[in-house]
Amino acid sequence: MTQLDFESLKHTPEYETLQVLNNDGEVVNPDLMPDLSDDQYVDLYKQMLWSRVLGDRSTKLNRQGRLGFFAPTAGEEASQMGTSAAMDKGDFLLTAYRDIPQLIKHGLPMEKAFMWSIGHVNGNVYPDGLNAVPPQIIIGAQYVQTAGVALGLKKSGSKNVAWTYTGDGGTSQGDFYEGINFAGSFKAPALFVVQNNGYAISVPRHVQSAAPVLAQKAVAAGIPSVLVDGMDILAVYEVTKQAREWIAAGNGPVLIETICYRFGAHTLSGDDPKRYREKSEEEEWFAKDPLIRMKKFLENKGLWDDEKEAAYKDEVEAEIEKAMAVVESQPVQKVSEFLEATFDETPAAIERQVKEYQAKEGN
Amino acid sequence: MAKLTMVKAITDAMDEELARDDKVLVFGEDVGKNGGVFRATDGLQEKHGEDRVFDTPLAESGIIGLANGLAFTGWRPVPEIQFMGFIFEAFDQIAGQMSRESFRTAGKLKMPVTIRTPFGGGVHTPELHSDNLEGLAAQTPGLKVVIPSGPYDAKGLLISAIRSDDPVMFLEHMKLYRSMREEVPDGAYTVPLDKAEVKREGTDVSIISYGYMLQESLKVANKLAAEGINAEVLDLRTVAPLDEEAILATVKKTGKVVLVQEAQRSGGVMNQVASLISQDAILSLDAPIKFVGAPDTPYPFSDAEDQWLPNAEDIEKAVKDTVNF
Repeated sequence: MTQLDFESLKHTPEYETLQVLNNDGEVVNPDLMPDLSDDQYVDLYKQMLWSRVLGDRSTKLNRQGRLGFFAPTAGEEASQMGTSAAMDKGDFLLTAYRDIPQLIKHGLPMEKAFMWSIGHVNGNVYPDGLNAVPPQIIIGAQYVQTAGVALGLKKSGSKNVAWTYTGDGGTSQGDFYEGINFAGSFKAPALFVVQNNGYAISVPRHVQSAAPVLAQKAVAAGIPSVLVDGMDILAVYEVTKQAREWIAAGNGPVLIETICYRFGAHTLSGDDPKRYREKSEEEEWFAKDPLIRMKKFLENKGLWDDEKEAAYKDEVEAEIEKAMAVVESQPVQKVSEFLEATFDETPAAIERQVKEYQAKEGN
Repeated sequence: MAKLTMVKAITDAMDEELARDDKVLVFGEDVGKNGGVFRATDGLQEKHGEDRVFDTPLAESGIIGLANGLAFTGWRPVPEIQFMGFIFEAFDQIAGQMSRESFRTAGKLKMPVTIRTPFGGGVHTPELHSDNLEGLAAQTPGLKVVIPSGPYDAKGLLISAIRSDDPVMFLEHMKLYRSMREEVPDGAYTVPLDKAEVKREGTDVSIISYGYMLQESLKVANKLAAEGINAEVLDLRTVAPLDEEAILATVKKTGKVVLVQEAQRSGGVMNQVASLISQDAILSLDAPIKFVGAPDTPYPFSDAEDQWLPNAEDIEKAVKDTVNF
C-alpha cells in the first residue's frame, strides 16, 4: 500500500508578482511597460493624486459631520485607478463600498458619491448611460451579480466587459467562489479584481485562508489569474488592459489580485489600525506609496513638478467644494416617496401607507 | 381551451412569454434538456433554444445573483430554485439585493425577475423540500409573493409575474402540480397580481386561505353547505402585499373568520391577515378569529406529515366552532 504524501499534494501554482516600477520610480520590467504617451502617464498619476486628495478631504468632511460613511482609499490608488483606467466607458462596473473613486471616474458625478456617503437616495439615482450599480455593502454579492451582468452583455452581443472588486477578506465568501465559477462556466466577459490590502478590518490575510496566494482561487473555477504589485500603477494598468482585451475577445473571465495596503483605517466608523498593525509594518508600506514612485517616474522624465502638483490639488479641492454644495442643497427625503419607489406598480396596501405619510409630511 | 394540470399550465405560461418577449430567460438546475425535476420546463429548451432556456451550476446564490445581473442589463429572468427549502442559500440575493433595488434607486432600477420555486407538503419529500417559507418572503419589502391554488390562476398569475417590472416570488405547491385539472384557455391571459378572489360565495363565515389549503377549504365549504353552513372562501393568491380590500370586504360581509394556512402558526401570512382584521374590521366580528395552521416545529419527517399537516378535518372543526360561537 502506497502512503500518500499529503504535504506534496498541496497545489500552489507558480505566481510572480508582476511589477513595472520599483519604489524609486525606476522601470524594472520594460517588457510589461504600458505603451502610453507622456500625457497618458501624467493622467495616470493625476488620477491617483485626485483620489488621494479626495480621500484626505473626505476624511476631514466626515470629521466635520458633513459626510457620513467613508472607507479610506489612501494606499490603494494604483490598484483602484490603474484597473479602472484600463477599462472602457461601455464596460459595466460593480463596486464594493471602498471603490468609490472608480465609480466617479467611470462617470458617477462626485456629488452623488457624497450623497451616497451621507445616506441620501439621490446618490443612487445614476445618470442614463452610466453602466454601473450603486456600491455593494454585502461582501461577495457583487461577484455573483457580475457573472450575471457579464452573461447579459454576452447575450446582447456586446463587446463590453463587466468588472468588479472585492478585498482579501471577501475571497472567503461563498459568493466569491460562485461568482467566478458561474462566469467561468458561462465563459462570460467578467474581470474580477481582488484588492489584497492585508487586512479585513483587523483580521490579517493569513487568517482568511491557508492558500499562499489569493489569485490561485481562480484555479478552482478553471479561469486564469494574475498577481500584481498593487502599489505600481503601470503594472496594474498594463495587466488589466491585457486581461480586458483577452476577456473582450470572448475567452471568458480573469481574476487579478493586487497586493496593496490601506494607509488608514478600515472605515471612519471607529476603526483604529493601531490595535492590530505594527508601526514598522505601516512604515514599510508607506515607503511603497504608489504616488511617490509614479511621481518620481514622471519627474525623471521632466513631466511633473511641485508647482503642477500644487495647482492640480487646488483644482481637485475646488471640485470637491462644488460637489459638496450640491450635496448640501438636497431636499429632505420623504417616506411617502420611499414607499412609492419600493414597487414599480404600487399595491393598494402600500398606496394606503403613501397617503398616511403624505398627510404626515403635509402634502 | 383544455383541461390542464397546474404544472402544464405553468409550462404554457413560460412558453407564451418566451415566445412573446425575447428578453425572457428561463434558467436553473436541470431546467434545460431535462425539462425540470417536475417537468415544468419540459420542451422549452428544445423550442426556444439553449440561449433562452439553460442549466446553471448547482448554486442558488449564484442563480439569483445571475438573475440580478441579467436584470441590470435589461433581461427579464425567470430563474428556478429547485425546492423552496434551498432558498436560504439565495436569501441575500433576494431579500438583500433584488427586492431593494427599486427602493434604493428611487425607482430607477427595474428588477423584472420572477423566481419560481416548488414547495408544500403531502408528497413525502426528504428534508427541506416541502417547507412553507412564504412568510419569510412576505416580510421582505419590495417583493411580491404569489401562490396559485390551481391551474387557471397559475398560468394567468405567472404571465403577470413575468411581465411585471417588480420582483416576484412564484411559489408552486407540489401537491397541486398534478392532483387536479381545470379548464385553461389557450394563449396568453393575465390574472392581476394584487387581487384576491372569492372562490365560493357565502354568507355565514369567511374562510381565508391560499395554495393547497385553499382547495381543502373549498372541499370543506362544499361539504358544510349540505349541513346548512354557507361559507365564503377567499383565495389570497398574492400573499404579499395583501389585498386588504378583499379581506375586509368578506369579513364585513360574514362577521366570522377562519384563517387557514399550511405553514406553522408563527410563519405564513395569516398573522398579518389577523392583524389587519383586528385593526380595521374588529367591530364587524361576532366571533373570535380562528386560526388553522401547522404546529411550530420544523417541517416534519415525511412519515409524520399526516399527523402534522393541517387538514380538512381541522378546517371543518374550526368553521363549526366559529359558526356556533
